[in-house]
Amino acid sequence: MTLPLTPSQTVGPFFRIGLATTIGAHVAGEGTPGAVRISGQVFDGAGEPVPDGLIETWQAEGAGRCPTDDEGHFAIVTTKPARNAVDHSGVEAPHLDVSVFARGLLTRLVTRMYFPDEDEANAADPVLGSLSDAERATLVAVTDDGGLRFDIHLQGARETVFFDR
Amino acid sequence: MPASSRSVHPPNDSPAYGSSLLRAPKQPLRVHPGRLGELTAPLLAGETIGTLDHDLTRQHDGEPLGERITISGRVLDEDGNPLAGALIEVWQANASGRYAHLSDQHQAPLDPNFSGAGRCLTDAEGGYRFITIKPGAYPWRNHPNAWRPAHVHFSVFSPAFTQRLITQMYFPGDPLFAQDPVLMSVPDEESRQRLVARWSLELTEPEWSLGYAWDIVVAGRQATPLDDDAPE
Repeated sequence: MTLPLTPSQTVGPFFRIGLATTIGAHVAGEGTPGAVRISGQVFDGAGEPVPDGLIETWQAEGAGRCPTDDEGHFAIVTTKPARNAVDHSGVEAPHLDVSVFARGLLTRLVTRMYFPDEDEANAADPVLGSLSDAERATLVAVTDDGGLRFDIHLQGARETVFFDR
Repeated sequence: MPASSRSVHPPNDSPAYGSSLLRAPKQPLRVHPGRLGELTAPLLAGETIGTLDHDLTRQHDGEPLGERITISGRVLDEDGNPLAGALIEVWQANASGRYAHLSDQHQAPLDPNFSGAGRCLTDAEGGYRFITIKPGAYPWRNHPNAWRPAHVHFSVFSPAFTQRLITQMYFPGDPLFAQDPVLMSVPDEESRQRLVARWSLELTEPEWSLGYAWDIVVAGRQATPLDDDAPE
């Protein structure tokens, strides 16, 4: 049996009413060994911050959720996931799966955040390996002020690579 | 991959929806080589849902104004399996078409007895049920004299990454559908109709409230773009 899917619709501008509190930005509690703060900004095609976006991260250890603030900033505290074993395409480097929702996006965007201190694993990663250097750079976080920074560009010269769900 | 599987979702490149112009990515989406469908995360560790969180009419001292309704249905995957324990979150405008949100500037009254948010976990059969009031239509500035049809925002959150869905539920017979670029962004009429709830006599409580039935179908747990050519 295959049932037809329910279509997606935009999260709209007022999602904080319903999505603010249930799932938080701490996948790992403060003080958890290995905990890292991942922050970033979401930008639109004019280079302006997106103040009404919603970022969710996904990994075996749990999910995190953070709305962007007036300047497009989000921050999630988590730990680096273990390597993911995958099929014939290779062994994936540690990464977070990331969903982006916002007014103006009718269907969620899916991307990935890789870790900058995993040169060897990143070099062997089949997803990163399928991209150009410039594209790959959009998916690897940079170290920043004791944590990691992962900016998301919805459009433009530095447009983040997004995946087909 | 079955052609039916993902084409139901609206393309982000939908220029009739003005907010998409600077936000929809310009580059094509990449096909994912990994086994995304197998990605699961533990859901809601330590999270609790209040016993009245599903009842948007009982969150204040008094009852909200508006037409009292029940919305109920099941959440299934495309293989027909119920999603048990999925987190369903809803939010909506009040009966006047105004959200209890600082950014909503619509000149319609707020209702001190209505916050417009609810949540619940699906039961073993994937069932959910919300009690609320029917939201009003409201104007927005997408195009001249643009009005959103009455709708309730739904978020479905299960442990499988591919099943994540945020959408909107509409009410049957609304004359505003054809001028709404958000609903009309869904490519075909049959798919659009799946966003419209059905009035249900069974869910209608005599001398109390109207009932609407609405089922939600999300992707299968193992759905990946490579399913068709994956090795056995």
